[in-house]
Amino acid sequence: MNPASGKLGAGGANRFVPPRIDGGAKVLPLASRKPLAVVGMVILSVYVLLAAVGPFFVADPVATDPANALLPPSLDHLMGTDNFGRDVFARAVHSARLDLTLGVVIAICAMVIGSAIGVVAGYWGGAIDEALMRLTDIVLAFPGFVLALILVAVLGNSTVNVGIAVTAAFVPYFIRLTRAQALSERELEYVDGAKLAGNRSGRVAFFHVLPNSLQPSLVTATLVAGWAILTVSGLAFLGVGIKPPTAEWGVMVSEGARDIDSGQWWTSLFPGGMIVLAAMAFHFIGDEFGGREA
Amino acid sequence: MWRYLGRRLLVSVVTVAGIVVVVFFIMRVLPGDAAAVRAGPYASEEKLEQIRDQFGLNDPVPVQFVNYVRDAVGGDLGTSIRTGGEVTEELLIRLPASLELAFYAVLLAVLAGVPVGVAAAARRDTWTDRVARVVAVLGSSMAFFWLGLILTFVFFFKLGWFPGPVGRLGIVTQPPETVTGFFTVDAALARDWALMWEAFTYLALPAVTVGFVLSAPIIKIVRSSMIETLDSEYVRTARAVGVSRRQVLFRDGFRNALVPVTTAIGIIFGYMLGGNIIVELIFAWPGVGRYAYEALRVNDLEALQGFVIVVGLLYIVLNVVIDFVYSWIDPRIKLGQKVVA
Repeated sequence: MNPASGKLGAGGANRFVPPRIDGGAKVLPLASRKPLAVVGMVILSVYVLLAAVGPFFVADPVATDPANALLPPSLDHLMGTDNFGRDVFARAVHSARLDLTLGVVIAICAMVIGSAIGVVAGYWGGAIDEALMRLTDIVLAFPGFVLALILVAVLGNSTVNVGIAVTAAFVPYFIRLTRAQALSERELEYVDGAKLAGNRSGRVAFFHVLPNSLQPSLVTATLVAGWAILTVSGLAFLGVGIKPPTAEWGVMVSEGARDIDSGQWWTSLFPGGMIVLAAMAFHFIGDEFGGREA
Repeated sequence: MWRYLGRRLLVSVVTVAGIVVVVFFIMRVLPGDAAAVRAGPYASEEKLEQIRDQFGLNDPVPVQFVNYVRDAVGGDLGTSIRTGGEVTEELLIRLPASLELAFYAVLLAVLAGVPVGVAAAARRDTWTDRVARVVAVLGSSMAFFWLGLILTFVFFFKLGWFPGPVGRLGIVTQPPETVTGFFTVDAALARDWALMWEAFTYLALPAVTVGFVLSAPIIKIVRSSMIETLDSEYVRTARAVGVSRRQVLFRDGFRNALVPVTTAIGIIFGYMLGGNIIVELIFAWPGVGRYAYEALRVNDLEALQGFVIVVGLLYIVLNVVIDFVYSWIDPRIKLGQKVVA
């Protein structure tokens, strides 16, 4: 027993209460600290549920039924039917699986590739850094959408190629972020420690510096997932990449845009709304956790 | 300053050269036969061969590259295999349409985004702030094509307040005499107020579509940089010696928040230089974005290359200009120092 605690412990009533580090503030639940993030998570859960089990419950997304073409929304067809008589809701649900998967996979791939390159540039510096930064400058001088568009044209129209093209358009953001983080990270003492302990520089860069440089990239990845969905569906809207009759939100808006002249708004406005709401869900989360534009 | 400018120019030249190299070799990988596009589907093999010769497509790739660079340095970006016109000329005709749309879109975004951002920062963590942040998230999650369709549906088909998506002016209207290429400005210079008004009505829906999306980053950046300045010691001192809240907000706070806002505007405008392919297609806007899209669809290599190079060049010039604007807004910033936004 040490003397300090013995002296205080004897008093009983005036027992020593250590001052709280947080000044006695209550730890608020996430819902009141970051309400928008919670809204985003709720929306996202609904989407994930729709994408995971929805396709088993709705009608065939490509089955045409000309007799029931262009019906307005009703209880039978929650989002109406399109000009081939296909159920818009069924197509939107099937599309959720495709678009969400693409958005998340693209964000993860771009983050993994980008942060690996970024840590190489930031940790080793010098000529490698200079070369890599000039390369990202070149890539960033293209608007990302145009870059993805050209890459899909080069690679050919397919879902996988769209994934690759959009990933490539987002990789430079992660290179920049991780590089900046690694630059300051490599000056810290634990890096010297790791080096002194005999780790080879590759090991220090990828197993010590990289994990500690990932935080900004993780937040940005959430934002990128939303932008990836917007980019993929924007390309599909232009008829690049994912093509009709695939059930994809951008394809649906593009096909439905023709019906708007005659007043059938539901074929394009519902799927478009699904895109925007999905992107919003990701952006609410990213925004609350300190994500920054570009 | 001159040394800095020199270095800056050197880096820019390297970047532009890189753009040219990358674009040129990507284009050579594009599948499809450009000559077939020019000649049409029923052309004979002889005819195709003749076109390939005429456009230099039979030369080895390195020779094509050297020829291309030699011409590009003199401002000749080649010939569009789709239209048969000079790429430089075709781009210059279409550039003002894209720039006019970009200009008004950015203007709208600034006029709407700055007050919202300032209000959000001044009333942090209140409902004003929350609404502003939701609007910003909505903007950054907005699909151009969806917003464009909704606006057209509501304001053209349903209400009839604005003209339909047929381009910069009505089909029968003669455009004003070209001075700046901006129809709104040229019409005003010609004192044709009705024409100017018409140009504005055709601009309204596409500019709002783009402007809404662009206001999102402006709101975010104004809000965070205003919060940073309002929390700073000099603002606290100013408040302590009795300067009114309003004065602190607009004179000290806003002026210091201007630097990051300028960066944001620069980035956004740079992003808009290439035109917005989707918006230009939806509204039949005759800009460079649509030109590039048409070129891409038919493997019009030279046109697409020209587009990418011009956009890259403008982007780099813009960045240098922004650097100068900084030093004018904030005398503490010397050229050559990195500005941390």
